[in-house]
Amino acid sequence: MGFWERWRIPIMLAPTMAVIILLFIGGLTYGTLVSLGWQPIIGRTEISLQAYQNIIFSEQYASVFWQGLLLTIWVSFASTFLSAVLALATALLLRRSFFGKRLATFLYQLNLPVPHVVAAIGILFLFSQSGLISRAGAQIGIFGYPSDFPVLVRDKYGIGIILSFVWKEVPFVGVIVLAVLQSLGVDYEDLARSLGANRWQRFRYVILPLVMPGLLSGSILVFAFTFGSFEVPAILGVRFPRTLTVTAVRFFRNPDLNARTEGMAISIIISIIVFFLVLGYMWLSRRTIRQD
Amino acid sequence: MASISSRAPTSKSLARFLHYCAVAFLIFLLLTPLIAFFFNAFSFRWFYPQLFPKEISLRAWESIVASNSKVPEALLNSTILAVGVTLSSVIIGLPAARALGLYSFRGKRVIEFLIISPTIVPGIAVAMGLNINFIRWGLSGNLLGVGLVHLVPVMPYVVLTLSGVFSNYNPEYEQQARSLGAGMLATFWHVTLPAIFPGIVVASLFAYLISWSQYILTFLIGAGQVITMPVLLFSTASGSNNALTAAMSLVFVAPSILILTLTARYLSGKSSAIGGFGQL
Repeated sequence: MGFWERWRIPIMLAPTMAVIILLFIGGLTYGTLVSLGWQPIIGRTEISLQAYQNIIFSEQYASVFWQGLLLTIWVSFASTFLSAVLALATALLLRRSFFGKRLATFLYQLNLPVPHVVAAIGILFLFSQSGLISRAGAQIGIFGYPSDFPVLVRDKYGIGIILSFVWKEVPFVGVIVLAVLQSLGVDYEDLARSLGANRWQRFRYVILPLVMPGLLSGSILVFAFTFGSFEVPAILGVRFPRTLTVTAVRFFRNPDLNARTEGMAISIIISIIVFFLVLGYMWLSRRTIRQD
Repeated sequence: MASISSRAPTSKSLARFLHYCAVAFLIFLLLTPLIAFFFNAFSFRWFYPQLFPKEISLRAWESIVASNSKVPEALLNSTILAVGVTLSSVIIGLPAARALGLYSFRGKRVIEFLIISPTIVPGIAVAMGLNINFIRWGLSGNLLGVGLVHLVPVMPYVVLTLSGVFSNYNPEYEQQARSLGAGMLATFWHVTLPAIFPGIVVASLFAYLISWSQYILTFLIGAGQVITMPVLLFSTASGSNNALTAAMSLVFVAPSILILTLTARYLSGKSSAIGGFGQL
């Protein structure tokens, strides 16, 4: 075996792996070291779990962390679940052939390239107390003043954040599901129908199992993204509780370099939680798919 | 719609009518946030409870093109970054995609796992870890450093898209071209490139979109020195000038929507790269 045959694949992989190893793994590893108190720049070379202890247990930060964790989990689970359900429903709606289907599908996908920063601003324009919906309500006499409109953005339950994620992710997951549905055709359903399956049975036992893998992989991406997203909760969130990413960035931007350790620790905790939740989710979904 | 033959024609047309209503309602819900941008961008003294702005004004647009506006600088930076990241990610990712698409080898699954892992791990952990070292290496606060960090979320989608193309690719055509006397470059240009071109378009689309929309990585590595469109928009949105925020948002999303419309025919929902939309 010549040199080229032997080293061909490693050489081809090298540039991409250099980016992944140096920037991605290198960044994560160095970040983990910083979170363990290792900051040679300011003369700290001892390794300790002090920052993690501070965040999780200390009187100063514990409530910021735990309330933030709760909010983050709530927001990302609610966004993922709603997006997946609505994506499936809307994909089924757009799947049938009707006049204007191409235009409808085009408009359905129009927000795909819209970044989350813009999505958050759009939700603000729409759902704030003096926003478009409140104004529309005022026109028909439901609200007299902006303060009559419920607080739906910059609210402590993260409703605005969830709205903006759902608006962004429904077409995203929907396009994946729609692609699966189109490639299936109607053969399976016609078969099921000829065997006497009703509408619900065709959905539950034919369509759902077939679109499940696409739906699940789409929602894994949505979950991981929403859990670690910064812009949307930063624009649509409140001072307390803040999502973990927003808190982490605030710590990190603190002029006091010691606070970096805490900021880094929070972002490592976020990564660990996302990693294990995604693993668990994949394991569970594999099992569910197999049983079907 | 084959099953309806047994039903009465009225219930069939009622069902069709309801379906149209549902589709119209869905599209309405998806478009209203976008319409809100147009209302705000041209509004002036838009008092509650006016539904439509009574006074139409170009003030926001004037301040975007004004001489002290930061929008031109931000647009330039965003463009340099997106073009640079797109070109380098495709060049870096192409050989790896070929290796993954054409060959099976030991450790392939580990390599694939490593390459897609940035799609799951939040970017802030990576950017915070790189921040300190980038300061030391002079990569903080400039376009080069920011561009390098943009490669992290971009690479998985570029490699996934291109390896998908290579898995349906027959390398024997290259050997035939070579045996007919074509050099390596000529073979790539006339045989390989045309075959993988649709994949390169889709990979470039996602590389551009992900880099163009990137806020937090730019913010953490750019250290306030690198002003891109998302960075400028984010700080404007924190203020209270809704008209300016809206106009800036429209300037920011217009190129993305245009590019997506132009390349839409290469995209199919089945492409693994479609996941890239989730990262914007």
